[in-house]
Amino acid sequence: MIELRNVSKTFHTDREIQALKDVNLQIPKGEIFGIIGQSGAGKSTLIRCINGLEKPDHGEIIVDGVNMSQLNPVQLREARKCIGMIFQHFNLLASRTVAGNIAYPLEIAGVKRHVIKERVDELLHLVDLTDKANAYPRQLSGGQKQRVGIARALANRPQVLLCDEATSALDPETTKSVLHLLADINAKMGLTIVLITHEMAVIQEICDKVAVLDNGTIQETGSVIEILARPKTEVTKRMIQGLINIQIPPELLERARASVTESCVLLKLKFIGPQVHEPVISAMLHKFSVEANILFGKIDQIKDTPFGMLLVEICGPPDQVDQAIAYMNEQGVEMEVATNG
Amino acid sequence: MGSFNMITILWSAVLQTLAMVGISVVIAQVLGMPLGVLIVITEEGHIVPNRWLHRILSTTVNIGRSIPFIILLVAVLPLTRLLAGTTFGTKGVIVPLTIAAIPFVARVVESALKEVDPGVIEAAQAMGSTPMQIVYKVLIPEALPSLVLGFTLTAVNLIGYSAMAGVVGGGGLGDLAIRYGFHRKQVDITWYTVIILVVLVQLLQMLGNWVAKKLSH
Repeated sequence: MIELRNVSKTFHTDREIQALKDVNLQIPKGEIFGIIGQSGAGKSTLIRCINGLEKPDHGEIIVDGVNMSQLNPVQLREARKCIGMIFQHFNLLASRTVAGNIAYPLEIAGVKRHVIKERVDELLHLVDLTDKANAYPRQLSGGQKQRVGIARALANRPQVLLCDEATSALDPETTKSVLHLLADINAKMGLTIVLITHEMAVIQEICDKVAVLDNGTIQETGSVIEILARPKTEVTKRMIQGLINIQIPPELLERARASVTESCVLLKLKFIGPQVHEPVISAMLHKFSVEANILFGKIDQIKDTPFGMLLVEICGPPDQVDQAIAYMNEQGVEMEVATNG
Repeated sequence: MGSFNMITILWSAVLQTLAMVGISVVIAQVLGMPLGVLIVITEEGHIVPNRWLHRILSTTVNIGRSIPFIILLVAVLPLTRLLAGTTFGTKGVIVPLTIAAIPFVARVVESALKEVDPGVIEAAQAMGSTPMQIVYKVLIPEALPSLVLGFTLTAVNLIGYSAMAGVVGGGGLGDLAIRYGFHRKQVDITWYTVIILVVLVQLLQMLGNWVAKKLSH
């Protein structure tokens, strides 16, 4: 659906800032694709390249078969009508009511007045703001403003929805409701959603795939569960800290380590998907003459996949411990010896 | 001079002032507004950046703004004769007043439009708006309360300028104050014109504030 090929972009201000360096991405149709990065990583530039608000210096951007970089201004405007966008600060017209804001993209597309009215009602219903049709943006809460933004972005029935830090100005509760609305729309309309954020929690909540952007380059791309469970780069590891707390409190680790004797190992176990529901530890204890001491545990949900993590101390005769570890490996539990935090 | 006569004279002077200011402010707004819009939208990073056009327009406006009205009044006499058919009286003052107000309006419009949130303009661009649509459906409606206040500011300013019109026998309150109050030493007339001018400006500003408030949501 969306493809970026060798996209580079440098800003020439006081000093040269290379915002994007040879970025390659493929975003399949109907997916919710997240791009995560710290501020200044280039994600804003990246998402703006997709609808031509920024022109890349090199490379190509293909959206639904159309090469965005080869369009003249008129064609670019037409192409943009098929790409909705929502913003961190909502960017609604203060001079127009909620209904007026949603009508705007239809007006500029030359839609007939009575058709606009119908479509606006439909969209107000979709985002659950029918009672606010005649309110002005100033009278709305942040979450309501973003829902107006979503309705406006969907007015011309786009194929793609770009979300620029769409929930970063919202509280956690409202963030969830807005994300669920986006997930609903994605499921109902098969819309491709590209969202950029600096919060892994947002990615975890609704994304299918994620790309990690740092310093203008894509560090890694993959399914969200893949990236969270097996982060390959330091940048990613840093970003998922706190979300799935691999960082064990130092005191706890210290105490555990003090008790570790030659006959004990300290293991970090990861359970992904249905494994979470299997009594692997219990089965292991029955099969082998070892003891297990659970020091730390956490279970989380990544979109629809449960994800668990345990810090376990296993003690017993060395051969039994080895066999127990081999058994868990067989069961598909991922593990590593927790030597340090 | 009888008080009835004085009231008649004052009243006709008020009407002349209102006519001069009213007509020139409207013409200046019509001509100055596109200028202000162009200055804003041709700026670097705006919807149709054009460095040279921006510079030329901006410099022209600055030159216009820096000429003192009293000099402009005399300097444009030939043009006034051409356009108004006379260089004298109320009709003769409208031309220089309008010319003086155009660059003022352009700057006022510029500062009003610059207040529009760049994010909103970006959103309009992202939706595929043409530059014209952005001007008419985004910039002007979003800046309307500021534009109304700017319009009021221009009108108040022109009332001040119009008082100088007495120099060319332009009529209106300023002319009255000079002719009766200064030349004929009728100090009371001077005071009356000052009071009327203060009230006029006050009313105008209140009206402008009220309209601007009504328009801001």
